[in-house]
Amino acid sequence: VFVRGLKRKCFDGEEDIEGTLAGIKAIPSYTLQRQSLLDMSLVKLQLCHMLVEPNLCRSVLIANTVRQIQEEMTQDGTWQMINTQSTGQASLDRLVSTDILCRSSRDQAEGKHVPAYGTFNKDFEGDQAQDGSETMATASSVQTPRNLQSNVWEMENAQENKGNFQKSLDQIFETLENKSPNSVEDLFSEVDNSYYDLDTMLTGMMSNTKMGHCDSLETFSSPTNTASNSNCKSDLNDLDHIVEILVES
Amino acid sequence: ADIISTVEFNYTGDLLATGDKGGRVVIFQREQETKSRPLSRGEYNVYSTFQSHEPEFDYLKSLEIEEKINKIRWLPQQNAAHFLLSTNDKTIKLWKISERDKRAEGYNLKDEDGRLREPFRVTELRVPTLKPMDLMVEASPRRTFANAHTYHINSISVNSDYATYLSADDLRINLWHLEVTNRSFNIVDIKPANMEELTEVITAAEFHPHHCNVFVYSSSKGTIRLCDMRSSALCDQHSKFFEEPEDPSSRSFFSEIISSISDVKFSHSGRYMMTRDYLSVKVWDLNMENRPVETYQVHEYLRSKLCSLYENDCIFDKFECCWNGSDSTIMTGSYNNFFRTFERDTHRDVTLEASREGSKPRAVLKPRKVCTTGKRKKDEISVDSLDFNKKILHTAWHPMENIIAVAATNNLYLFQEKVN
Repeated sequence: VFVRGLKRKCFDGEEDIEGTLAGIKAIPSYTLQRQSLLDMSLVKLQLCHMLVEPNLCRSVLIANTVRQIQEEMTQDGTWQMINTQSTGQASLDRLVSTDILCRSSRDQAEGKHVPAYGTFNKDFEGDQAQDGSETMATASSVQTPRNLQSNVWEMENAQENKGNFQKSLDQIFETLENKSPNSVEDLFSEVDNSYYDLDTMLTGMMSNTKMGHCDSLETFSSPTNTASNSNCKSDLNDLDHIVEILVES
Repeated sequence: ADIISTVEFNYTGDLLATGDKGGRVVIFQREQETKSRPLSRGEYNVYSTFQSHEPEFDYLKSLEIEEKINKIRWLPQQNAAHFLLSTNDKTIKLWKISERDKRAEGYNLKDEDGRLREPFRVTELRVPTLKPMDLMVEASPRRTFANAHTYHINSISVNSDYATYLSADDLRINLWHLEVTNRSFNIVDIKPANMEELTEVITAAEFHPHHCNVFVYSSSKGTIRLCDMRSSALCDQHSKFFEEPEDPSSRSFFSEIISSISDVKFSHSGRYMMTRDYLSVKVWDLNMENRPVETYQVHEYLRSKLCSLYENDCIFDKFECCWNGSDSTIMTGSYNNFFRTFERDTHRDVTLEASREGSKPRAVLKPRKVCTTGKRKKDEISVDSLDFNKKILHTAWHPMENIIAVAATNNLYLFQEKVN
């Protein structure tokens, strides 16, 4: 039977000596950590878009987490205060000691002192799987855009932030399913009969969408890039059943 | 060797099937005890290997459909051949595995090597005779059940009527008849009219082992719904709803994610069902919906690491669980190639490791222990040293004996209870 919870009262001697003093001083507040979690979640969701066939369960769980954070922040009133936090430093630092978030509310109420486990993060990020399991691929690719993404968030003012946030969530769910029937008709009107020719479809579709994928992966510049990419994909989703029946051999 | 994605014993336990990320199925057969090799009983050797699914390309979505085998389920044996269902994200296939140990010789129209004989050489008619040959195991696809799932298939389950089965994806569950491939019936649909309102997905589904009208499905919010197909054609209304009330004091931003159920399995008796969420395994009595009757912590020491596990996506790992033949013990996997078994009546549990290091074949496994306090004892491993790339997601227990199959990434381990 294991000891429940991980209530270390003081730092593990061996593991964290250098970081100890700095760690104690620099443990970010709950608000900062929550913000960092929000950033991380949004990046994960946007990455979902760019990868082929996102895992729906994972997307839904992350989106729900984002909503939770948003609700809490709205209640706190901290939603307006987003841009007053921190500097333009890489958010990697902010993610170092996020285990306050892992503590239950009971622990927080009791004011337990839990040390930073930056070591844990570092140790894990050091191991890169050979087989390229999906989890590792996502983790490593999250590294680079994180800085960019958080800077983008911080520079905008609070109102825009909220608007963008809502927009992001909406975009995310739009791409998971079709849009209104109008777009389907529009799509059909643009398409000529050669659409049903496999070769034309391949070359036409692939050149459009594949380029979109590559562009997004390389630039990571702005959310609008993702938007156009995902719009394209959602239009394709529209055709799903309809053309499958028509084209099916 | 590719990463193993599913492991399943057949009804007698003589065959063990594994599916991998490359779309291959490998079937192992248990060796019969012979006088010359008395210790060979219990060994499993490769019986058949075949490519079940190939990667496909969905041209309209410009997306690749992975060939990874998500689940394999055996059909009960009804004749000399064996049948199993294997599925990837979109398509389910029924495979027939049969043995051939005789071949016909003495054809009239063709030679032994298959070439057609010259007509003028055929001077007499003879009846071909059957001659023994080396055993050959053939796998042939008998049915392909396709185009019924928009989302990724996560479960298949054969019904106790042995004529129908269900397949579940993130939002829908379909009912099939094994003989009919061009039609399936949708029995559960939780897709919202507006996808923006989507907050919950189906994570697993299974038929009751004895009642052919009953099935359950689990969700990403930690709930299980039991449905009776006699009540209506579309089982959107559940008959029973199982959910454990949340402990408000332990709520965090990760509460929902770790409550998401990754696997649900009925006990062999049909009286209980077991669910696996990220940190625990719960046993439910079908007659009690408001809370599980038993809860087992698999790796509680990870609770304080949830943020890191969220960052590296490990928190989304889907662990499976299984019962032993008598329902007295349950098993599930963890990280660092650890797997755990829990004895329900004695409340004894043990952590074992599936690893080639430091263990010889037929050596008794040493129990492992994860150190959660500051002082690490000898032979204990600290939480921070755990290898989160070595995860045991798939395990299976022989239906009658204490033999277990454990898939550790691309290796399959078979363990047997030591009989003195």
